[in-house]
Amino acid sequence: MLGPIDYLLWCLGFFLEASVVVCALYRKDFLKYLSLCIYMVCAASVNLGQFICLEKYGFGSTQYLYCYYYTESILTIAMFCVVIQLYQYVFVEMSASRYIRSAGALLLLVTAIVSYAVVRENQNHLTSRFVVELGQNLHFSGVVLTYLLWGAVLKLRETRTRLIQLVLALGVYFSATAGVYALRNLFPVLQPSLLRWVPPMVGVWLPLAWAYTLYYVPEDARLATARLMVRAR
Amino acid sequence: MMMAAIICVFSVAAFLQFFIWHCRSILASSRRVELSERVREVAGVESRNFNAEDFHRLLQLVRLCPERGDDRGEIRAVGTYYGLLNVIGRIARQTVPPIAAWTEQERESCSYFAAVALDRRISYSRDLFTQQIADRL
Repeated sequence: MLGPIDYLLWCLGFFLEASVVVCALYRKDFLKYLSLCIYMVCAASVNLGQFICLEKYGFGSTQYLYCYYYTESILTIAMFCVVIQLYQYVFVEMSASRYIRSAGALLLLVTAIVSYAVVRENQNHLTSRFVVELGQNLHFSGVVLTYLLWGAVLKLRETRTRLIQLVLALGVYFSATAGVYALRNLFPVLQPSLLRWVPPMVGVWLPLAWAYTLYYVPEDARLATARLMVRAR
Repeated sequence: MMMAAIICVFSVAAFLQFFIWHCRSILASSRRVELSERVREVAGVESRNFNAEDFHRLLQLVRLCPERGDDRGEIRAVGTYYGLLNVIGRIARQTVPPIAAWTEQERESCSYFAAVALDRRISYSRDLFTQQIADRL
């Protein structure tokens, strides 16, 4: 059963997702961050769709369960498009767009095949386990992709503050979600009490961080990435 | 099970790193913002730099101002980072003094960030006030 905090986080998530698009429009950066904005529109629509499904079928229903996990999986795949766009920005001077898109699509395919292969052994409860397994693997692929992207940012001495903050916020989102999915697989007993709060909170974090970046950080702001690396003197 | 455990460990490590880098990027951006005189007056600070211990006091002042709504997440993230630094600083003080010195420096940056947030909110309150007066007239 959902409580007032769940509904509050839900509404907050929806408005923040919409606010990212508003901030991008206000700063006239909608086209520049097109895939990011499309993702946020999709996320807001999914939020709304899930809410309608919940109202219609109830929290414990199979319809809601499938609606939740499958739309989340599709959203994660949409997020991969955002990651690919961020890669394209970082490698813009190398004209490597085609290779980046191919590599991204290949990675997605491999992730789906691995997830299917892992769950195939547990065929008696295939669908419910498959979505959790797929979610865990998709988010983990996101962590790896973001980590590699961050490595490229450091290596190429990227200085665009906006890009840096967008990538880091994405890294926080992917790693927190992948960690929660993995913990769910390891300790299913923690799900109802503790782990159920993390995904909605992380879902609020990402649009909040992106809205802040798009609104406050000017496009021409620069930041030396070397300053971010932790060094004890 | 094994795969989930590996993913869990890697994700937690990545999360901590990304979180620290993200907070440092926010702090680094705020370092470039020149503070107005009124924020020093409000905070009662005369020197250019803020002490690490000023953070909570500045945050209380930030909370007294009307919310802008869009800086809440960053303030919370930096607040969490400040708490994390406190814990690391306390542990490192006896064992690894260079790390303790680094945490102190980072905590000062957190205070500066809080001062920038306060400055922004003061400007926002003034704008609101001016707007209200203009509406009445």
